[in-house]
Amino acid sequence: MSFNSWLPLLIVMSSLVPGLVIFLLREESHALRTLLNLFGAIIKLLLVGLLIWGVYHAEVIETRWTLAPGLDLVLHADALSVLFVTLSTLLWLLTTIYAIGYLENAPHRSRFFGFFSLCVTATVGLALAGNLFTFVIFYEMLTLATYPLVAHKGSPEALRGARIYLAYTLSGGILLLIGTIWLRNIAGPLDFAQGGILGSIEGLDPVVLGIIFLLLITGLGVKAALFPLHGWLPQAMVAPAPVSALLHAVAVVKAGAFGIVRVVYDVYGIEFAASLGLLTPLAVAAGFTIVYGSLRALSQDHLKKRLAWSTVSQVSYIALGAAILGPLATIGGVVHLVHQGLMKITLFFAAGNYAETLGIHKVSEMNGVGRRMPGTTLAFTIGALGMIGLPPVAGFISKWYLGLGAVEAGIAAWILPVLIASSLLNAAYFLPILYRAWFLRADDSLALAGHRERTVTPPALLWPPLITASLALAAGLFAAAPYSPLEWAQLIAEREYRQ
Amino acid sequence: MNNLLTLPVMIPLGFSLLALLWPRRATPVGILALLATLLASAWLTWRVSGNGPMLLALGGWEPGLGIALYADALSSTLLLMSSVVALAAGIYSTGYFRAPGDRARFWPLWLLMMTALHALFLSGDLFNLYVTLELLGLSAVALAALGGKRKAVEAALRYLILGLLGSLLFLAGVTLTYAGYGTLDLMKLRDLLAPEPVAWIALALMISGLLLKTALFPLHFWLPPAHANAPAPVSAVLSALVVKAAFYLLLRFWLEIFEDVVTAFAAWLLGILGAMAVLWGSWRALRAVRLKLLAAYSTVAQLGYLFLFFPLLAALPAGAARDTALGALILMALTHAFAKSALFLATGVIQQKAGHDRIEDLGGAARALPVTVFTLALAGVALIGLPPSGAFLAKWQLFSAAIATGQWLWVPVIATGSLLAAAYVFRILGYAFAPAEGVTYRIADGREELPALILAILATLLLGFGSVQLWEFVTPGALAAGEAP
Repeated sequence: MSFNSWLPLLIVMSSLVPGLVIFLLREESHALRTLLNLFGAIIKLLLVGLLIWGVYHAEVIETRWTLAPGLDLVLHADALSVLFVTLSTLLWLLTTIYAIGYLENAPHRSRFFGFFSLCVTATVGLALAGNLFTFVIFYEMLTLATYPLVAHKGSPEALRGARIYLAYTLSGGILLLIGTIWLRNIAGPLDFAQGGILGSIEGLDPVVLGIIFLLLITGLGVKAALFPLHGWLPQAMVAPAPVSALLHAVAVVKAGAFGIVRVVYDVYGIEFAASLGLLTPLAVAAGFTIVYGSLRALSQDHLKKRLAWSTVSQVSYIALGAAILGPLATIGGVVHLVHQGLMKITLFFAAGNYAETLGIHKVSEMNGVGRRMPGTTLAFTIGALGMIGLPPVAGFISKWYLGLGAVEAGIAAWILPVLIASSLLNAAYFLPILYRAWFLRADDSLALAGHRERTVTPPALLWPPLITASLALAAGLFAAAPYSPLEWAQLIAEREYRQ
Repeated sequence: MNNLLTLPVMIPLGFSLLALLWPRRATPVGILALLATLLASAWLTWRVSGNGPMLLALGGWEPGLGIALYADALSSTLLLMSSVVALAAGIYSTGYFRAPGDRARFWPLWLLMMTALHALFLSGDLFNLYVTLELLGLSAVALAALGGKRKAVEAALRYLILGLLGSLLFLAGVTLTYAGYGTLDLMKLRDLLAPEPVAWIALALMISGLLLKTALFPLHFWLPPAHANAPAPVSAVLSALVVKAAFYLLLRFWLEIFEDVVTAFAAWLLGILGAMAVLWGSWRALRAVRLKLLAAYSTVAQLGYLFLFFPLLAALPAGAARDTALGALILMALTHAFAKSALFLATGVIQQKAGHDRIEDLGGAARALPVTVFTLALAGVALIGLPPSGAFLAKWQLFSAAIATGQWLWVPVIATGSLLAAAYVFRILGYAFAPAEGVTYRIADGREELPALILAILATLLLGFGSVQLWEFVTPGALAAGEAP
């Protein structure tokens, strides 16, 4: 056994073990818990560094463990998994710091951080999953680990949100499971391979493949909040801010989108999927979700709800990228996996800060917050501009490539209007917030204590959004630099289309 | 060396008498007996996995006249399972039964039941099977009535009558077989039996008796009251082991002894009843008011899954796919045994600490008894069939076999059953995590909470990650001929 066959397992373990230990800690052992959290997160980051190096040099990095006859648990690193692992590991570290600050004196912290670590473990596991079987295992584990986080507050509202979340995701999980088993039965072990695996297998019935595709995408679409399976997401925003941040940027929603990318590229193979005529329905669903989510976001006064609907819309960019044939669209979709994560986590961090320090939950209460919390609002502004797709923030790069891809694939006639409409709608629901925050004076009638002074935000709450905002900015500004998300996405696209 | 076969039977029997004669020391005697039985079972399993099946004719009498003991992969696996569950539940019982009088009554019966159970797993002829089945039923009824409450006694009485009815049907089948074929030895019968009326009627009688004992829908009605009113460690063993014993016989008769006699139609009938059990049992579990009743109805549903395998095994041609399905069946039974006993023991902890087991009043349990609630959650994961439990792998194969044989009917049944199971498990957890004062803080000691936790971990982690050995063991050749990994 070489180190490379242990590395993926170690990466998964580096959050699992601290998570399990944290469950056993007493509520008061604050320092030890923080130490464990940060220790796990930093170890994971270092291990991921090794992983990036290995994948860049085309080494085989794989852990394999037989669970049942013909069923192997495979953790395998390829360019796509590295992209997602890096994103989750980095954002986990920042979210952990943020959560430590956010939950300063809240009850049940051991339980919270325990499940938080399990949640990241599941995310990293499904990022590294080397076949569909392993993916399904971690996909279900993610559901189990996030349920207690959504229900964390224990209020009737939180429990209701969590119940809806569970009903959606478990039903989706079963469909994904059935689709996977069916495909496994007719096509053998579903080890992911760049360029797809089904195209080279003879004698598969295209109709059956179409039904299975529908089952898989429906199962994944629940987590990716694809219309009409998105109903749980706006309900789940009752969770504490760090959870929402992680849910919307890395863990749950992204897991679904990542799964769609995996199924389209590495199971079916994009060219094969296109030849079966499966991409157009997916593109239509994604395009519709993009516009619909934005429209619904427009009418929300609750800030976190507005952000939640924005996620519904933005995550479908990834599915859209996967549904358009051609390397440029692939780059756009895959890179948005990272870009959306950076931008959306910034926005949720900022929303959490407003709620925590000023008690502001609604857009209509946000007048003048720019003057009172300049750092947080600056981060929020960068995130919002990126969502709209303004250069030089990262969101622009994603949209640019998606647009180019649509032109390349010859379906610009309806994709470009979708992209433009979405940008306009994004502007319509984000710019008023920015205007209120920076240009309007705080409303006197709100009568909050010291409502006009600058407020001191604790560093643990202030720095994570600032860092993620700068990363979002850097990912746009230095998109052409080596090791940038864009360059990595190009590497992935190159490998997907080489055959 | 084959005398080893007598140990899992003789140890509990001997210690049972000792516990009866020495009531003041019943607890240490009992624990010692369970430990020794576990060691003997483990040793036996290890021998069987190394050297293949073992046969012992007691006293040198030829099979057919004397008592023959026989152990193969299936029986030794179940033997090991029952030793582990009995030990865990036995350790838990030392915290559950505090009064010396209760303990003195509990231990001899408990060990007697283990004797009957192990003798049943190891018996090689029909008459001995009847005797052990009867002994098992009687000791189980006595244990179920131990609580002494009116409800428990009523339920136990009903359990007794139905158990006797089941045994009588079985005995009628045995008699008919003897009249028709002149032997009771299973090995010999296997070669003699032919698809003819005598065999059909005998099989039908025996199977109906066993179905009654294994509580397949619609013959399940006696189970929920009996299992829900017995003392917690007894409920655990009734649900995890006693119904499995009848199922084990059914499986053996169906697949080995009466292999040429059974028809595809009969297999379908069992499958349909199993499907109804899955749906009805899960639904009733969801509607249950009390935790123990929920656990009991969940047993009805989980047994249903086991019967879904019958039409699939009938349709699959001999070979790797069928071996895999058979392994999945056994894995499902094992996971259920560990998970359900964990659930019942955890329920017992809650019932004793909180003074009730009403699901809607579980608020605060997560804070008061975190280990026990964690156990409930782990056991729940296994009952739903989510990863990383053994049931997940088993359900995967169940789905896979249903799709491969084109028996699509079972797919929505399993899916609905799993979702209903998720609903009843998360209903418990939802209340348990709610901040309320239904369960307030009490100190629980390790011997009460840990056995359940260990059983739940066995059901989830051990069987989830380590079950490939099980497959290799119970279905030889499955991996060699199987698909490439």
